[in-house]
Amino acid sequence: MVSLALAILVLPLLAFLVIVFVTWDYKFPSAAVAIVAIGIAMVLALLVVFPQVMAGQTDHAEISWLRLLPANAPAGGTEPFLRLGVAVDPLAAIMLVVVTVVSFLVHVYSRSYMIEHGHLDPGYSRFFAYLSLFTFSMLVVVLSNNLLFLFIGWELVGLCSYLLIGFWYDRTARRSVHLLPPWVAAKKAFITTRVGDVGFLIGLIILWNTGGTLQLSQLFEQAEAKTGPLFAASLLGQPVLFWACLCLFAGAVGKSGQFPLHVWLPDAMEGPTPVSALIHAATMVAAGVYLVARTYPLFEAVPQALSVVAVIGGFTAIFAASMGLASNDIKRVLAYSTVSQLGYMMLALGAGSLAAGMFHLFTHAFFKALLFLAAGSVIHAVGTNDITEMGGLRRFMPRTYYTMAIGSLSLAGFPLFAGFWSKDDVLAAAASRAGPILLAFGVITVFLTAFYTFRMFFLTFHGKFRGPVTAAVETVGHHPATIDAETHEAGLHESDGWMTVPLIVLAIPALLVGFWGSPLFNSGFQRFLEGSNYVETQPNLVLAVLGAVLAIAGIGAAWAWYGARAYVTEPLTRFGMAYRVLNRRYYIDEFYMWLIDKGAIGLSYAVAVFDREGLDGLVNGVASAFASGGRALRTAQTGRVQNYGLALFGGMAVIALVLVIVPLVRP
Amino acid sequence: MEFLIPGLRHFLVLGSILFALGMYGVLSRRNAIGILLNIELMLNGVNLLFVAFARYLSSEQELAGQMFAIFIITQAAAEAAVGLAIIIAIYRQRRTIQVDQLDLMKG
Repeated sequence: MVSLALAILVLPLLAFLVIVFVTWDYKFPSAAVAIVAIGIAMVLALLVVFPQVMAGQTDHAEISWLRLLPANAPAGGTEPFLRLGVAVDPLAAIMLVVVTVVSFLVHVYSRSYMIEHGHLDPGYSRFFAYLSLFTFSMLVVVLSNNLLFLFIGWELVGLCSYLLIGFWYDRTARRSVHLLPPWVAAKKAFITTRVGDVGFLIGLIILWNTGGTLQLSQLFEQAEAKTGPLFAASLLGQPVLFWACLCLFAGAVGKSGQFPLHVWLPDAMEGPTPVSALIHAATMVAAGVYLVARTYPLFEAVPQALSVVAVIGGFTAIFAASMGLASNDIKRVLAYSTVSQLGYMMLALGAGSLAAGMFHLFTHAFFKALLFLAAGSVIHAVGTNDITEMGGLRRFMPRTYYTMAIGSLSLAGFPLFAGFWSKDDVLAAAASRAGPILLAFGVITVFLTAFYTFRMFFLTFHGKFRGPVTAAVETVGHHPATIDAETHEAGLHESDGWMTVPLIVLAIPALLVGFWGSPLFNSGFQRFLEGSNYVETQPNLVLAVLGAVLAIAGIGAAWAWYGARAYVTEPLTRFGMAYRVLNRRYYIDEFYMWLIDKGAIGLSYAVAVFDREGLDGLVNGVASAFASGGRALRTAQTGRVQNYGLALFGGMAVIALVLVIVPLVRP
Repeated sequence: MEFLIPGLRHFLVLGSILFALGMYGVLSRRNAIGILLNIELMLNGVNLLFVAFARYLSSEQELAGQMFAIFIITQAAAEAAVGLAIIIAIYRQRRTIQVDQLDLMKG
């Protein structure tokens, strides 16, 4: 089975190499290579590996990579090798399915998305090469049985994210002053996640130095033993493992856009929409959650670390949802909801339920990828991201409309949709162990999620089309003055089959996949994931009903304000100051800019002064001391050989005199 | 008139006088050839000491002092040849051999 897993891993890498070295100049063949490679990988994952893991088989294999002895290796412990390897277990199998399925559908979708007004994007081959490289990197993260190997994949997905956000690197910012050009957004994403990744790396170093290994299985053994160097008290009286877990979690915070490193994800929406669906909704941003899940036995051994995870997750859930309320960019609304839903997953993990967190990750990957791809279909037709310039699209894009409706209902947690079951599971976990405040955060977020999702949905698809005339001119070809509303709208059209079929395919899991983990089907997902560790839990009926009611209330509120009447001015502006604060994302980006501007640059200035005056002064002082000393001494150098002779013989005479006098004086 | 009988002391005084005269000449002469002549004087003063010590102090190692003297004479011949060659080269270059005018190395 390991060889199959390796085949799944290597196929996208091969596609990347083939595109780069063979089909770079031919656009459609590049797309074909990428789609076929990931297609085979998906079939292998879905039809071979996943059923085998379902049947209870797990497997792993590894190679010795570097001969390297940890600083204080445990006595009689591991061989002095850094190992690289893959492991196939239920957790990896679930991610394998998510990554290959979503990636395949996104590849198919991109085939048409990257054609604008009949013109292939100039970077068509580059796009598919990056997508393939990303898929490979993500599979490295998923399949690794070793934290170092995982870290390599982790950095690679970060690189691919950077490359793909900045894919249209020559484009300038869209109209609004608050939006960044893609190349700036790419840098912002890369640097912000790097802050967390430094934490991850420090965590790895701590584990390597105290635990003496980076093999997950060996670390888990040490964590379960509850004694040993990892549990030695350190800073603030906490065990070493606590700080190691906190460092690993810092990496997860960066990657998964959790507070306070959430600022990069909304700006990452400047990349092409299929990228947002694949990387910034379904897979890479979920890698943070996956990292915590993968190293879960370590976190379980130090409950204090789990509490940190729960607090950050619960706060991020409600915090990001509130910002989603006031955004007018269709993709940014979805980005905020992604941050918020990732917060839910962290909350569940922090509340001690691995299964609930992963279940939400599993359902979220499908319905959020669906929502992003549907949003991409809308953007492709309308040519703008601004939902205030859309409206009435349901008549022109029925397939997009219905599939997006399924995705939105699932995200909002409408009863029986996939998101309902997993969100319910998260809330039940929070209720049992996270305390009343975090539970309240989670419950309020249900309402906010339903409201902003359907605000976006109604503004996009209902009412009258509010777009600018120029958008339609490009597609119809008439002069603005000569077209009326009818021809204007006639330029809007449904996307082609390459784009709508993935939507329809994704709508199926967005609708149905929740049942696998629902009490109706005996919590199959949770049993599969946790295996023998699974603990039977009673479904929390009160919370389920409360969640359903809040979701429906949120949808109703959105209908009352945005669906039932024409959109002229933003109804939320009645909240005045509060709306402005939300619309400007709590001014956190401005605060960070100020911090960097005043703090970092001020510090740099102080350091520069110290360098110039202090260090350079020291070096220059040494130099000038030698220079002035030299100036004084050069007068002795007359160039006349007889002066030197005089010094020579004079010195000799002095020595001779001393040799004569000293014995006389000494008694 | 005991002190008129030649002994080691007389040779030492004579050798030291020769050496000191040579040293004075080396330090005070301006002409490079004069300096070279004075160096010969110093060397010969030293030679005299070697031979005198060899003769009076160590009858067993008499040859050692004499060998030194012969080596120094040989060396002095070579030095005179090289020195004169250098002086000729300097003269062709600078049209003078007054050493107080040859101060290219002044710092």
